[in-house]
Amino acid sequence: MHEREKLGKDRLIWMYTQMARIREFEEHVKRTFLEHPGAMRGHTHLADGAEASTVGALATRHTDDLAMPSYRCHAQPIVLGTPPRKIMAELYGRKDGLCKGFGGSMHLADPANHFPGTSAIVGQSIAHAAGAALTAQVKNTGQVVYCFFGDGAAKQGAFFETLNLAAVWKLPVVFILENNQYQAYTHISLEDANCMAGDPLSQKAAAFSIPGVTVDGTDPLKVYDEVGKAAARARAGEGPSLIESKFYRFSAHGNAITVPPAPTQFPEHEAVGVYGNKDEYKAALKRDPNKLFRAVLLNQGVLTEADAKKIEDSARAEMDDAVAFALASPLPLPEEATNYVYA
Amino acid sequence: MAQEMMYGEAMATAIMEEMQRDPNVIFYGQNMAMTDRDPMRKMFGKDRVRIAPISETAEIGVAVGAAITGLRPIVELWMSEFMLVAMDQVINEAPRLRYMSGGQVKVPMVLKAGFGFAAGWAGQHSNCLYHTMMGVPGLKIALPSTPADAKGLMTAAIRDDNPVVYLHHYMLTLDTGEVPEGPYVIPLGVADVKRAGTDVTIVATAWMVKKALAAAEQLAQEGISAEVVDPRTLAPLDSDTIVQSVKKTGRLVLVDQAPRHSSAAAVIAAEVAEKGFEYLRAPITMVTALDASVPYSEPLESYLLPNESKIVHAVHSVVAERAGV
Repeated sequence: MHEREKLGKDRLIWMYTQMARIREFEEHVKRTFLEHPGAMRGHTHLADGAEASTVGALATRHTDDLAMPSYRCHAQPIVLGTPPRKIMAELYGRKDGLCKGFGGSMHLADPANHFPGTSAIVGQSIAHAAGAALTAQVKNTGQVVYCFFGDGAAKQGAFFETLNLAAVWKLPVVFILENNQYQAYTHISLEDANCMAGDPLSQKAAAFSIPGVTVDGTDPLKVYDEVGKAAARARAGEGPSLIESKFYRFSAHGNAITVPPAPTQFPEHEAVGVYGNKDEYKAALKRDPNKLFRAVLLNQGVLTEADAKKIEDSARAEMDDAVAFALASPLPLPEEATNYVYA
Repeated sequence: MAQEMMYGEAMATAIMEEMQRDPNVIFYGQNMAMTDRDPMRKMFGKDRVRIAPISETAEIGVAVGAAITGLRPIVELWMSEFMLVAMDQVINEAPRLRYMSGGQVKVPMVLKAGFGFAAGWAGQHSNCLYHTMMGVPGLKIALPSTPADAKGLMTAAIRDDNPVVYLHHYMLTLDTGEVPEGPYVIPLGVADVKRAGTDVTIVATAWMVKKALAAAEQLAQEGISAEVVDPRTLAPLDSDTIVQSVKKTGRLVLVDQAPRHSSAAAVIAAEVAEKGFEYLRAPITMVTALDASVPYSEPLESYLLPNESKIVHAVHSVVAERAGV
C-alpha cells in the first residue's frame, strides 16, 4: 500500500482519463472498419480490456522510463503523450502518421516520447526491451524499461532466453505478461503448461530465480502496487521481475483476415465465435476495468458523475478529432517507398 | 604506417580501437571475457565487455534494443550458423525497425561471425549463408579477404548506423598482411581490384579471393591476364566496379564457396547480364560449391568446393570461347 498512498486525487483522475482515452481510441479504430471501409489495411489489434493494466503499470513510470510493447501497441503511446491524431493517421496509412505510413498499427514507434519501437513477431520485442534496459545500465541513466507482452509470447524462445539473460545481467526491466486468456485464437488452457496445471503464469519467473507475481489486471491500483515494486527493484540495480497481469481482451484478436476486395471488420470474440462460450464472454464484460474503476472513484468521492462524464466526452471528442485528422491527411507519395532503408 | 598482422588480429584491433574511440561501443558473446584477466574486460570494464548466455535470439535481440536506444553493440557469434536459431532478429527485426518507424530510429550493430570453415567441420559448421541475408533491405554484409580489409571493414561496420553482418572466413584467420595503423575505414559498398588484368574478370569473396589470386598467377604464366575483383560487401553490392572490369576484359568468372543455386554468384551474374551484356564475349561462368551439404571426409569436402584448378579450368573455357566477338 505504500506506493498507492502517493496517488493523490489528481493522479487518480489522470489514470481514469488515460483509461477512457484508450477505450475511446480503440472504439474509434473498430468503428473505422464499418464507417470507412478500406481505410485501414492489414491487421489491427486492440487494447480494450487492458486499460487498467496498461495505465496502472505506466503510472509508476519516472519521466524518462521507456515502454516497449508488442504489436498490440496503441495504448502505451496514448498514455506516454503521443498525439492520438498521429497514431490514428498511421493506422490510416497517411503521410502525417507517426511512422509516415511505413509501419501501420503493428509497428508504432515514437522514440521522442519514450516509445522506441515494437515488433509484430510474437515474443521478439521482449529481447528488444531488455536491450533498451542494457543501454540504461551501461549509460547509467537510471531508466527502467516496461516490457509488455501477451500470454502467447510467454511460450516463445525469446521470452525464456531474454528472462534468463536479463536476470544474469540484472537489467532494469519489468516484464509485464498481459494474460488476456487467448493466444490469438487459442485459449490458454490449450497451450500453457502452468495454466493446465492450475498454476499462475507468474510461476515462470521461478525458472530464472526472479520475483514473479500475479495481479488482478482489471484493477489499476493493484497493478500500480506490484509494478511499482518491480520498477523500484529494477531501478535499485536488483534486476528484472515478472508480473502476470490478468484481464480479458474484449475484442477479437484482430480484425478478420480477409482478402481484398472483401471488406474487413472485427469478428466476434473467440470465446463466442470459436468456442461458443457466450457465458464466459458475458462474465468478462461484467469485469470491465473502466466501469469498475469509475465506480471506485465515484464511490470514494474522487469523481462526481458529471466529472466522469466530462472525462469520457472529452476523450470521445479527442478521438473524433483524431479520425477527422487521419481522414484529412494525404497519402504518402508512392516514390517515398524507398526512403529509410538505410540510415 | 602499416604493420604486419594476422587477419584475426586485424579485426580484433579494429574492435579495440573503436571501443577506445567511442564509449557507446559494447562487445559481448558466448565464451568470451570470462575472467577478470581478459584483456578487453581489463581495458573497458565488465559493463562494456560481457559474457552472454548461449541464447542467440536474446543476444541479437538485445543488441537490436540497445542499438535503437543509443549503444553500438558488437555481438560475437563465433560461427555464422549460430545466427540461424535467431533468424527473426537478423532478418525480420534489425533491418526492418528503421524502415517501419518511418526513419525515426537507427540500428547500429555488428553481428560478427566466422564462416566457411573447410577443415572437417562437416554439414552444420562450414556453411556460407550470406545468400540468405544479402537480399534483405536494410542489412549490410561484409566479407573481408585480407588482414587490411578485416580491419577496415570492421571499423566501418562499427561506425555504420545500420545493422552489419560481418562475416570473417575461418580459413583466413592466420593469414598475415600489411595493415594500416590507427583508424582505418573501408567504406561499405566499395569493391577492390585485388589484381589488375585484361583478359578475364574473376569475382570472388573471402577465401575464394585467395584461390582466385593463385589461379590468376598460374594463368599469367600461360599468358592469360586475369583481373580479380573482391566486392568486399555483398550488400550493398558494388556492381559498377564489376561491370567496369567486364567492360575491359569481356569475360566473367564468378567464384563462390556457397552452393550454386541462389548463390551470391548467381545474383552478380544477373546484375552483369543486365548492365553489361554488350561487353560479354563469352558466357558468364560460375565456379561454386556443388549443390550438397558440406561433407566431413577430406576428399569429399575438397571435391565439393571450388579450388584453384576449377577456377583455371573455367577461365580456359571462357577465354577459348569466341561467342559474341
